[in-house]
Amino acid sequence: MSDRPILLEFEKPLADLESRIDQIRQLALENQVDVSDQIQQLEQRAEQLRREIFSSLGAMQRMQIARHPRRPSTLDYIQAMTEEWMELHGDRRGCDDPALIGGVARLGSHAVVIMGHQKGRDTKDNMARNFGMASPGGYRKALRLMEHADRFGMPIVTLIDTPGAYPGVAAEELGQGEAIAANLRLMFGLGVPVVCTVIGEGGSGGALGIGVGNHLMMFEHSVYTVATPEACAAILWRDAGKAAKAAEALKITATDLLHMGVIDEILPEPLGGAHRAPLEAAVSLKSGIIRQLDRLSQRTADELQADRYAKFRRMGVFMETVADV
Amino acid sequence: MSLFDWFAETRSRAADGHSAPLSEREIPDGLWHKCSACGGLTYIKDLNANLLVCPECGYHNQVQAPDRIAQMIDGGTWQEVDQSLESCDPLGFRDRKPYSDRLREYQAQTGLRDGVITGTGQILGQEVALAVMDFRFMGGSMGSVVGEKITRLVELATVTGRPAVVFCASGGARMQEGILSLMQMAKTSAALQRHQRIGLLYIPVLTHPTTGGVTASFAMLGDVILAEPKAMIAFTGRRVIEQTLKQKIPDNFQTAEYLLAHGFVDSVVPRQKLKQTVGMLLRLHGAKKSPPKTLVAMRSPGEGLHQDQATAGGLGLPE
Repeated sequence: MSDRPILLEFEKPLADLESRIDQIRQLALENQVDVSDQIQQLEQRAEQLRREIFSSLGAMQRMQIARHPRRPSTLDYIQAMTEEWMELHGDRRGCDDPALIGGVARLGSHAVVIMGHQKGRDTKDNMARNFGMASPGGYRKALRLMEHADRFGMPIVTLIDTPGAYPGVAAEELGQGEAIAANLRLMFGLGVPVVCTVIGEGGSGGALGIGVGNHLMMFEHSVYTVATPEACAAILWRDAGKAAKAAEALKITATDLLHMGVIDEILPEPLGGAHRAPLEAAVSLKSGIIRQLDRLSQRTADELQADRYAKFRRMGVFMETVADV
Repeated sequence: MSLFDWFAETRSRAADGHSAPLSEREIPDGLWHKCSACGGLTYIKDLNANLLVCPECGYHNQVQAPDRIAQMIDGGTWQEVDQSLESCDPLGFRDRKPYSDRLREYQAQTGLRDGVITGTGQILGQEVALAVMDFRFMGGSMGSVVGEKITRLVELATVTGRPAVVFCASGGARMQEGILSLMQMAKTSAALQRHQRIGLLYIPVLTHPTTGGVTASFAMLGDVILAEPKAMIAFTGRRVIEQTLKQKIPDNFQTAEYLLAHGFVDSVVPRQKLKQTVGMLLRLHGAKKSPPKTLVAMRSPGEGLHQDQATAGGLGLPE
């Protein structure tokens, strides 16, 4: 049964309880006994357990939700949120990267350019989408679409969901570093509002490559990291098995990033994660984005640029002693 | 010291397995240097005179930031800025040892506060803002301090109308500062966007190795990009590609010469010609411009620059 929910380790106690409730209900039905009181009690307990589990998730557990194979993807959200939508293809330099997609759309009253990393639904789809790891062609397509948006005064909406930029020979050959760097620079020069949301996995430079905005949001169970906890553990602990420890130490959850002043807002997810109720998650995302578009559309191009500059200019923590001159 | 004593000392040092890495232990008393590429022995003074380039095979040894400044900047013109910036371990990070301990160790070892030195000076009589990364300090990794110092330097260059030159040498992001280190890529790129928009020249010089977040930000944003021979320049390092994707990798992959062949570097310049080359580029592009008024007006408070710096810094510069 392909539509059976895929369970994460920490969801097991909850799943056990739920299957017990089902069994009791089945038995009661077969034996014609009224157990509705007990069932109601058990369901309340399940609900409470769910809340408990999902309010005290560790960084690595959130990462698992962020990487959940059923988690809604960029195209899912675009389908659910937009009234009109047309995908635009290609970087006009010889590539069309399926791992980073984008196009023009109507979002509420706003005509926007929307783009994001695209993961696959299953293994085959994921192969085609390169697991959401974009190549230089993807970043150059994003660059082209952002220039397009700037020319036509359309706000830019980006959805971030990638383990990182593609680490391959071809990607290096085509200048992965240059492609990301060029996007970072361009995004500071845009005269239109830019609203970025991490919808799943925000992986390193690959995420930042479409992540310079006036307003940065993260879904409740999404993560944003400088390096995957696995890579970090392999490098710093010399032991990839220490990923959970690295995930905690790196401070990758939405709450952490809000505290550090890196993001502006956390978007609530349906209980149990966006994959439990994708449409509900889409409503949360849509209203969050439109709220910002309404606000930012009032600003001039100069204000928007200055705002973006000031926002990123503040990032970083260090000590400075006044020179004894 | 007699030759016999010298042998004895070398042997005893080798025996007690001192903390110095193998290659360094083979340099007796700092008199000779054994090239890690060709194995040739060079008298240290000759090597220094040759800017740490092996006279036998042309291998470019890594240069410490203070030495690089001395190589590039005209005598008596160097003025360091933002010397006091230090990391303060924003995440309270601890891997096998606490980040704060690591910082102290590297500071003691290198005499640097963090991985970059910034300042202003002249190259062949022309004013520049110069940043030099030092690979010795935690592998030249970019954390808040490196990002902030480079950003401030580029801002200083922008308001004073100076071209900027940045010597890159970095293993990538400083993971101990988590997401804050990633954001330095955006911050430095923001400053460069403003610098370039008003027509000022920016030249990154890529030295061995330039990788990760530095490659995906200021290293690749030059108007003209130079590299030292055989420098490894990558976004994702070779080892990671081999491990994660099990792909076969071409021999000269990610060398300066490879990037030149693929159009990402303008020229591979031997160290002995760097000062001359940068000097020529500065001359050709006009070494100095005054910033447009709009830019001064557009800066908002809290950007780390004060209005008066715009004028103060622009005064008294030689033509």
